[in-house]
Amino acid sequence: MSFINYSSREINCKIVYYGPGLCGKTTNLQYIYNRTNPEAKGKMISLATETERTLFFDFLPLSLGEIRGFKTRFHLYTVPGQVFYDASRKLILKGVDGVVFVADSQIERMEANIESLDNLRTNLAEQGYSLDKIPYVVQYNKRDLPNAAPVEELRQLLNPTTVPEFTAVASTGEGVFDTLKAVAKLVLTELKRGG
Amino acid sequence: MASPQMVMYDEEAQQIQAICDRLGREANAKAVLCIDKNGQPFAQSGETSALDVTSLSSLTAGNVAATGGIAKLLSEKEFSGQFHEGEKTNVHISIVAQRIILVVLFDERSSLGLVRLRVRKASDELTRVLDSLAKKAASQNKPSVFAEITDEDIDNLFND
Repeated sequence: MSFINYSSREINCKIVYYGPGLCGKTTNLQYIYNRTNPEAKGKMISLATETERTLFFDFLPLSLGEIRGFKTRFHLYTVPGQVFYDASRKLILKGVDGVVFVADSQIERMEANIESLDNLRTNLAEQGYSLDKIPYVVQYNKRDLPNAAPVEELRQLLNPTTVPEFTAVASTGEGVFDTLKAVAKLVLTELKRGG
Repeated sequence: MASPQMVMYDEEAQQIQAICDRLGREANAKAVLCIDKNGQPFAQSGETSALDVTSLSSLTAGNVAATGGIAKLLSEKEFSGQFHEGEKTNVHISIVAQRIILVVLFDERSSLGLVRLRVRKASDELTRVLDSLAKKAASQNKPSVFAEITDEDIDNLFND
């Protein structure tokens, strides 16, 4: 649910990075944070366990500049990927404007990817959203690992509706901004259509 | 979309600001914030210059969402208020009209009782403004400024 403030001339949108545990959602946000000008970003907040696993969410506010006199602000969130944090994931999806599904390309994580994608679809539906209708992109992360499955195989399993997709190595930043730009564009396009 | 888009207009923004200013004065508060349930701040009053309002808003919304989740598990509708006591600063968080979050920061110059009392009055006033805002937003046509956004405008945002 974007928030349009005519008084302060701001558009605020919420993007959620979803995916299985350890797929690189937080790494995506950390890279964006490290590579963004200080004036365009706020503080990055990570609510993590002592072992650096996301406990509730990561949060990064970004300003993208002005569009027709309105400041565009994107609030990026990650969900905790571990299966047992499902209640938290549902909360973070509330009011979402766009979703990035970060898949772990490693063959042995394929089941976890599929489970997480099913979980995303179910949790969105509970909030009254459909994954087929909201702005949504897929990122195949960890392409640098030797055990990465072929993209074609990942696509068949994780992106049957062929939404925009990107290969990435979040730790080096490859594909990170392409993914963000794509989902942000889809969100703004949806806003333009009056969604 | 699942939930209606939240909009804010000048008139209601000024009314909400006036309510926050008055609440801050009458409750002897350090600061007052109005946040939507997704963590977007839209009104602030008092000593906010030293605060990271964006982060505070996001975390407060997360906190309220988590507390709401607990309420649901316990078959409660919602826990309408929360209070955090610090050494120097205390935080009173309440949900207004099931739509927005009202945060009052206060110190030893005030008390929880006074803040609660003033918050109750401000909540009633805010509810009236929010109701009128919701009616106005529902009756207005889609804002033309967004219909006029071109693909080029969107592309321009991403020119590094």
